Amino acid sequence: MESEDDFNSARSTDDEMMDDVESGYSDDDFDDLEIGEEEGFDAHDKITATQKQSYEVEFKVWTPKDIDEAQLRLINEVKDVLGQSPEATAILLRYSRWNREKLIEQYMDNQAAVLEGAGLGESNSTEARVQTLTGFTCDICCDDTSPMTTFAIKCGHRFCIDCYKTYVNAKVTDEAEAARIKCPADQCNRIVDNKSMELLVPDNLTDRYHELLVRTYVDDLENLKWCPAPNCEFAIQCKVKAKELKKVVPTVHCDCGHDFCFGCAYNDHLPAPCDLVKKWVKKCEDDSETANWISANTKECPKCASTIEKNGGCNHMTCRKCKHEFCWMCMGVWSEHGTSWYNCNRFEEKSGTEARDAQAKSRQSLERYLHYYNRYANHEQSAKLDKDIYVKTEKKMTQLQNHAQLSWIEVQFLDSASKALQRCRQTLKWTYAFAFYLERNNLTEIFEDNQKDLEMAVENLSELFEKPTDQLEKMKVEMMDKTAYCNKRRIILLNDTADNLRKSRHAFWSNDLGA
Amino acid sequence: MAAPNKRVLKEFSDCSTNPPPGCKVSLVDEANFKEWNVLIDGPANSPYAGGRFKVNFVLPDDYPFKPPVVTFKTKIYHCNVTNDATGSVCIAMLKPDAWKPASMCKQVIEAIRGLLIVPNVDDPLELEIATQYKENRVEFDKKAKEWTKKYRA
Ligand SMILES: [Zn+2]
Ligand SMILES: [Zn+2]
Ligand SMILES: [Zn+2]
Ligand SMILES: [Zn+2]
Repeated sequence: MESEDDFNSARSTDDEMMDDVESGYSDDDFDDLEIGEEEGFDAHDKITATQKQSYEVEFKVWTPKDIDEAQLRLINEVKDVLGQSPEATAILLRYSRWNREKLIEQYMDNQAAVLEGAGLGESNSTEARVQTLTGFTCDICCDDTSPMTTFAIKCGHRFCIDCYKTYVNAKVTDEAEAARIKCPADQCNRIVDNKSMELLVPDNLTDRYHELLVRTYVDDLENLKWCPAPNCEFAIQCKVKAKELKKVVPTVHCDCGHDFCFGCAYNDHLPAPCDLVKKWVKKCEDDSETANWISANTKECPKCASTIEKNGGCNHMTCRKCKHEFCWMCMGVWSEHGTSWYNCNRFEEKSGTEARDAQAKSRQSLERYLHYYNRYANHEQSAKLDKDIYVKTEKKMTQLQNHAQLSWIEVQFLDSASKALQRCRQTLKWTYAFAFYLERNNLTEIFEDNQKDLEMAVENLSELFEKPTDQLEKMKVEMMDKTAYCNKRRIILLNDTADNLRKSRHAFWSNDLGA
Repeated sequence: MAAPNKRVLKEFSDCSTNPPPGCKVSLVDEANFKEWNVLIDGPANSPYAGGRFKVNFVLPDDYPFKPPVVTFKTKIYHCNVTNDATGSVCIAMLKPDAWKPASMCKQVIEAIRGLLIVPNVDDPLELEIATQYKENRVEFDKKAKEWTKKYRA
């Protein structure tokens, strides 16, 4: 089986980096990036210095100013070693993708080759960049007006300055290029240096040009990525490499408030590894029609068949008419939930004899998918409904605050509870994608128990949210306890899955069949 | 219609009076210098020998700062040309980072002719054809010859 082999080979090649992952990330790990540890990062150092859970990864948030300064500092250091101008050093560093050691080593080894590769090669042409010439024909526009203002960089390929400007402007505007724009001559790899660019780029584009220059610094470094939140200007530094993503789920938290995966830039998808997330999202898109009926907001009471609408996030439903209590997800009796009979999260495989023919197999594989998709989609939907309720409640609380003696501090417990619900449902949602691909082994049951415990904790907290506002204050202590419990269950689940991933103790189906 | 610029005129007159070997360049519409009809004879040492391929060149308004848009109008069994109604071609020099304003259409025509002799199997648009070219040359040649005869422009 091809897939098996893939998995095994991935396991063995990843072994070398195990130590790296397991030892966590010491501060020294960041040294190779030349960040001034002494300046600018105090605030973040404090955050990351707090006790780390095993599912957490170390990261730093960079402001645009941090990025600018780091580049300048590096250029200044390297220019003295190489004996080059700051402009040339910047080009060389961009050429070597900001790897200072590699650049210096290669430069010392074969200066001419490095200069040539970076587009700064030895040139016999010392003519000035701008020249006014007579009897010149521009090879781009074929204009031969005399005299003509022309431009060339060190390679000596000369064109009329208007064509040169049009060319670099189009590169900056249309292709977001700045640091690696080459001479307009066919096949010439000489890079238009910084000084020439300053001369060619029009005033209205200089800001954009500088922004793009700064961006290359982040784009070039594997351990630095832009926060994907719209309009966010921060970058995140994290040591986790692409080849480690089967073993770590590197969730980072930007100062703008956005949680995302450093590996794939998708929203926080703990505990599922990136490749499963990608497969799952694709599957859900492909099967969206099959799954559409599930996301309906109304269902029938399993006892009296009257229509029941889901208004809040909580999945503990009570039929208005017959008072029957049931679970929205599995439609089973609620009283069995929270006991050892609780089986809502687990998909019961039918015994092999029942699924012998192809049709039965395909039906079972669909049922299996729907089981997980149902719960995945439901947590997503419930998170939204929880949030709606919180917004409404918060409004009422503010009114209460104005009327009664409730202080801001006293209503903070609601905010914490809401945040915990959002975060835990996000995690729960992804546990179902995770479980869909999980090959059953002796660890699966522990995972399902953790999932169940977190789910119950979340539903219990969610239920409190739906209580009338005037009862909320009385429930403050209960709500705070349940919030803390939810957060605790989430950490337990995440630590457990993170440890198992790291040690390759989980096996995943490589196909969608789960069989 | 905008007046054709000096560069386009010069390139067209050069390509039409002095085309690369086995090629013929004309205008699709006499009044529009920005759409060329390029006829390429299948090179002798290729399965396309004896065939003739009609290739369309559209020079965008910001030409030569943007590359020409090149499509095959004659169906061809080739891994670098899409096997669909569009007939898109993948040529290294037409990619945004390779195209330079000083690059010429004539070079593009020559590059296409070069692709008919040696396809670029490492960067295919039709993966199956590329695989067949590498693994079963006999079958590939047979099919390419068949199509060449069948669809000759
Ligand atoms: Zn010009
Ligand atoms: Zn040049
Ligand atoms: Zn952000
Ligand atoms: Zn990810």
